[in-house]
Amino acid sequence: MRTKRLTGAIGTALVLLLTACGSDGDTATTSAPASAPTSAAASPTSTAASETIAAPGATTAPAETSGVQTTAGAPAAGTPTELGASEGELNIIVWAGYAEDGSTDPAVDWVTPFEKETGCSVNVKTGNSSDEMVQLMQTGEYDGVSASGDATTRLIQGGEVSPINTDLIPNYADVFEGLKLKPWNSVDGTPYGVPHGRGANLLVFNTEAFPVAPDSITTMFEDGPAAGSISVYDSAIYIADAAIYLMATQPDLGITNPYALDQDQFDAAITVLKAQKALVSQYWALYTDQQAELEGGTVLAGTSWQIIVNLAEANGAKIGAVKAKEGATGWSDTWMVSSKAKHPNCMYQWMNHIISPEANAAVAEWFGEAPSNAKACNLVSEGFCDTYHAEDEDYWNDVWYWTTATERCLDGRTDVTCVPYSDWVDAWAELRA
Amino acid sequence: MALPPPHIDVSMTIAITDLEHPTPRRTGMPARVSRFFRRRRRLSLFATLGAPVAWMLVVYIGSLLVLVAAAFFKLDENSQPTTEFTTDNVTKALTTGAFLEVVLRSILIALAVTAVCLVIALPMAFYIAKVAKPRWRRGLIVAVLLPLWAGYLVKGYAWKSIFAPDAGKFAARKGGGFLEATIGWTPGFGKLAIVITLAYLWLPYMVLPIYAGLERLPASYLDAAGDLGARPFRTFVSVIMPILIPSIAAGSIFTFSLSLGDYITPRIISGGKEQLIGNVIDLLQQQNQALSAALTLWPIAIIIVYLIGMSRLRAFENV
Repeated sequence: MRTKRLTGAIGTALVLLLTACGSDGDTATTSAPASAPTSAAASPTSTAASETIAAPGATTAPAETSGVQTTAGAPAAGTPTELGASEGELNIIVWAGYAEDGSTDPAVDWVTPFEKETGCSVNVKTGNSSDEMVQLMQTGEYDGVSASGDATTRLIQGGEVSPINTDLIPNYADVFEGLKLKPWNSVDGTPYGVPHGRGANLLVFNTEAFPVAPDSITTMFEDGPAAGSISVYDSAIYIADAAIYLMATQPDLGITNPYALDQDQFDAAITVLKAQKALVSQYWALYTDQQAELEGGTVLAGTSWQIIVNLAEANGAKIGAVKAKEGATGWSDTWMVSSKAKHPNCMYQWMNHIISPEANAAVAEWFGEAPSNAKACNLVSEGFCDTYHAEDEDYWNDVWYWTTATERCLDGRTDVTCVPYSDWVDAWAELRA
Repeated sequence: MALPPPHIDVSMTIAITDLEHPTPRRTGMPARVSRFFRRRRRLSLFATLGAPVAWMLVVYIGSLLVLVAAAFFKLDENSQPTTEFTTDNVTKALTTGAFLEVVLRSILIALAVTAVCLVIALPMAFYIAKVAKPRWRRGLIVAVLLPLWAGYLVKGYAWKSIFAPDAGKFAARKGGGFLEATIGWTPGFGKLAIVITLAYLWLPYMVLPIYAGLERLPASYLDAAGDLGARPFRTFVSVIMPILIPSIAAGSIFTFSLSLGDYITPRIISGGKEQLIGNVIDLLQQQNQALSAALTLWPIAIIIVYLIGMSRLRAFENV
């Protein structure tokens, strides 16, 4: 009897739930236009919008509570004008390999010197993806983050990070001009962080499977020696790689920026990715997963990061890596300070430390990316900055730094709307399902 | 069951005597608290169960409700939740072809895991409960439970290396994994490999309830069936199975629900190629929490339906 009644109750609840969902169709259409003004206001172009965007960071910037002095007339409103005492602690979200304390390799350590010098003990949280980093920053429990361009926009617009006062970061002066005040690390000339370094997503390949090193992105999308053993980065941002492939192979589509795709171009990219599934053996989200397959020789080609290539090679993997000749996606990372930082003084000192010539050189060499501090090139091993094209602005012309796609096309087209990143996410989930 | 003990009346007399000649009143705080609650049965029940029930409601049901509610809020362009109500996410989660496919795949894999577990667990449990010498039983049960002590990831990666196919001439390790090397066949890293790994992981949860059910089966039933001329198969179908059905149903709840919600094993084994519903939810929970929450309606609904089905089979009685 009792089970019957329970069944009945659950059944009723289910029916109610289903009817609720059934009537959704009508409300969905009516609610759509209402959202349009909201997203328009969020676009970073219009000056008025930019001011409202900057507001959350300015109002929530740490003031008396954190021991940082603030004045209204500072370089950027709401940023500190001088540093207070160290808080003794620092909680940061980093990409793997960005905050080494000697535990991976005793010789690789730029955290311990910082701790000794400033008295800030560093707690490192490794973020596995830009999306995870944004999510972690939203908790408000961290002081700062090394964010890539597809996270910075979201962090700035969401008010998770504060503008910075570069006067308090002496090493900022030595940063390459080509990295300063870019769309992904500033709003209207107000810097939101310090550039850390940059790199391209590389085409990694097994040197035994490819006697002649491949140099084309077609390796990833077309039949070849690696078919069935290809490793793909498991994130919606990878759709941009398909767009770069289309830029080279289907110029008729008229793609000029892989992050500015109208619906037709986007659908074409998804079609390419669906076809690619047959060639793929791995979608990696954890860099160690790809590393293991490269070492095992079970992945013969893939999208990779220099750090993975370095780690796998150190373990005996027979691999090489190049930037595809058609261009590549890439990253330009920025250290940003949280608008809810509990240890802003330590975070400012960290930002200054991490782009100091010594630390910046050490990170760049360990991670395998181009340093952001021009003076770092004097400290790295011979030829390093040439290999990574740190000073070669031309090299970066065909590197498409990760950027958050928005409805307003990033390539300047105004006659169409582009597919925003939120739709990229859903499409990627469908593709992977 | 044994008959009620004959001295039951005596104890009742004692109770009555107690009322007539109450023991001298104890004093002190604990005694007073105890008296206070003895006279207020409802209050005492509330004081005992109130905290755990409240915890259950707030932490368990509450978080579940928040999860469901999250599915109905619109996200802005930066994937931040707004206060705007929408049913787009739920519609998308319930109607998109790709999602329906992954839900169906998850159900089939969970059912397959349950079937494999059942086929292996029945003879295992029967042997432990009815065939093995009683002094061995405890050791065998410990042996069944032992794998639960090893780390989940360790077991996942171990199976991956067992399944590894001969990856060809470029592989660092020639000849493939254990299966390829010994019997020359491996299921590879596909759905079958996922089913086998999950069946291995959740097998103890099927063995234990069946073992408990068999322990309650009086040996005299089997003797009686034999005496009446039933062959082993007939005994199994007509005597053992009807008694075991609630136990099997209970065990299947574990294997089915654990498999349905798993997303780490598919990722480890298939390198992210084979996705279950949990993988899609995991992928989306960082990027589109609303759609992710909407997709969790699927496992919630499936498990509710499954539990209703199992309660029909009396899975919640005598376990």
